[in-house]
Amino acid sequence: MIVTGATLFGLVAAGLIGVGLYGLIVNPQPLRKILAFNVIGSGVFLLFGVVARRGAALGLGGDPVPQALLITGIVVAFSATALAVTVLLRLFEETGSTTLASDAPAVASEPVVDAGTGTAALPTRGG
Amino acid sequence: MIPDASTTPGGWLLPLAILMPFVGVLAGLALGGRHARSVAMLTIAAGLAAAIAIASAALRMGDSLVYVLGGWSPPLGIALRADGIAVAMIVAVAVVITGIGIYARTDFATPRGVGEARAPMLYWMLLLAVWGSLNLVFVSGDLFTLYVALELLTFAGVPLVCLDGKGETLRAALRYLVYALAGSVLYLLGVVLLYAQYGTLDIALLAPRVSPGAATWTAMAMMTAGLLAKTALFPLHLWLPPAHAGAPPAASAVLSALVVKGSFFIVIRLWLDVAPGLVGLPAAQLLAGLGAAAILFGSVIALRQARLKLLIAYSTLAQIGYLFIMFPLAFDGATGMFVHGDALNAGILQAISHATAKAAMFMAAGLVYKSCGHDRIADLAGIARASPLTVLTFVFGGVALMGVLPSGAYLAKKLLLAAADGSGQWWWESVLVTGGLLTTSYVVLVAAQMLRRPAADAPPRASVPRPQELAALALALCSLALGLTAVFGPVPSSFLGNPLAPKELGATLMTIAGGTVLALLFASPLPPLPAALSAVASRSRRVTLPLGAVLEGIDALLRRWAVAGVSLLLVALAFGLLMHGDV
Repeated sequence: MIVTGATLFGLVAAGLIGVGLYGLIVNPQPLRKILAFNVIGSGVFLLFGVVARRGAALGLGGDPVPQALLITGIVVAFSATALAVTVLLRLFEETGSTTLASDAPAVASEPVVDAGTGTAALPTRGG
Repeated sequence: MIPDASTTPGGWLLPLAILMPFVGVLAGLALGGRHARSVAMLTIAAGLAAAIAIASAALRMGDSLVYVLGGWSPPLGIALRADGIAVAMIVAVAVVITGIGIYARTDFATPRGVGEARAPMLYWMLLLAVWGSLNLVFVSGDLFTLYVALELLTFAGVPLVCLDGKGETLRAALRYLVYALAGSVLYLLGVVLLYAQYGTLDIALLAPRVSPGAATWTAMAMMTAGLLAKTALFPLHLWLPPAHAGAPPAASAVLSALVVKGSFFIVIRLWLDVAPGLVGLPAAQLLAGLGAAAILFGSVIALRQARLKLLIAYSTLAQIGYLFIMFPLAFDGATGMFVHGDALNAGILQAISHATAKAAMFMAAGLVYKSCGHDRIADLAGIARASPLTVLTFVFGGVALMGVLPSGAYLAKKLLLAAADGSGQWWWESVLVTGGLLTTSYVVLVAAQMLRRPAADAPPRASVPRPQELAALALALCSLALGLTAVFGPVPSSFLGNPLAPKELGATLMTIAGGTVLALLFASPLPPLPAALSAVASRSRRVTLPLGAVLEGIDALLRRWAVAGVSLLLVALAFGLLMHGDV
């Protein structure tokens, strides 16, 4: 079998996805899970890049559509990571630990706004 | 066949329905916290009007609305399409958001004398963001746009879980987010594989091109598994109970009624529109099998909850299972394809009636909390006197879910039973009937506790704001009257009968009796019973209670992270093998 560039990149992408999935499932630390998600993401994006290269049938250097989608995908993955890390930091601030394991599900919490003040402060102007 | 990719009359309403909520978000952010609620209220009014306009335009057209963004037609451009099911969902979501918005006005008002409060500000922005994302999910004609919509929906849904900023809810939110990300990356991988094969992601262009092959099956299996993780179909539900039970009631209503329906809708798009002839019946049987397991586990564990909100969260788990029963019934054996028909209509009807009923039930649970200061099911006695409308809301919502005439769930069940009968899949008929009994059991249990006479020294119950009660009641009534849509809709009205006719009344009474028996067998703890009944029940409960405990133990095991992660991959693998084996 002749290993072309595309095949090689494809195999690397598969490897990244595999490593990432392993980390996501096995690692108990949320931060490592978030990193593992990013490793899987890199694998998927690499695969998309390879697809763009392979699909260049029109004499172009590459199929431009996957590249546009790829950029969007990276932005989405970046936002997801930022959100996850923010929640993780808040969790650490609140509880002093970052474990995700909780055998007992969360109990129903009090409403965010105290019922008394909520009803008292009901300015109805503007809708 | 290349479908016409040009903007239809009324097509411009589709981008409007997506953009308006997001414009509301930006305006709310720009104007600051004190105005967030007013902006949200204005946006809700405008969005509801847009949804109604879309529905009337679609009815006038008698066909799908299409809008081609920027005049660039697919495959290079992106088209928005609203077919019948999309229009139905858009209208339903607009109605539910309106109900929730009216309810949340009281809970998420910015307190007097404060410039900006974090929770109200965030709540209104996130509510609008969820709405915009859902509308995008419904009208996207492109698999990658669907991915973006799905992610937007998750990003808007996750912070709703941890609005109160407490450790327990932050943990629930993080579990939800990380598991949902695992699901979405699987979905994205499938999208890449499909693009690599067919060079387009536009659903209408993709459908005639897809052909059997390992890469296509792999893509379909991974996308399905990823979406199921986001929908929290059993056994991929580790995040749902803590997230839905821990959020504030107005947020739980959004999460439970609406957010999970987004990924469910994409499964429909994938199986019925992208590759209707490829996935095959065995994979659909597995999908519905998971749904049946969800009904059993969700309902039995709901009966064992001490807190009302957790009971409702587990009920959501069971009802999500119900949604997936339609897939094998939508399979047309003659052509070997999944078809748009009565089974799909039933699935959408089920989704809408669950959305309205479940939103009402979570809102009622919030009012119960306000009135009693807790939501322990065993201590609800006396609530019926303090706020009868709240109890009525919960019961109406529950009755609507049970599938009693003329609720939407009733009509959906009738349609699914007819489809199961027509295709000889009798086992789904028994699942549907058993599911109805199980739903009844936990509704009866809670209703019995609510209606109990309070002890003489019971603490007084506070009264609750009337607008909140009415908003919740209105949604419950919507769900209860949804079956009447048969009069206008594509469903033959012969499915509706007189609710007081002996046959229907008998069926209703049988359901309630069966549900009561199940509640007596599995509920833990039981409400106080007459001595004779209690003796009979306790003998049978020696068998059934350990059984319930075993189910609860399995559920706890499945909700551990490592097990849930492996389940995700196993579900994907199983779908891949079944799709492969079918051809």
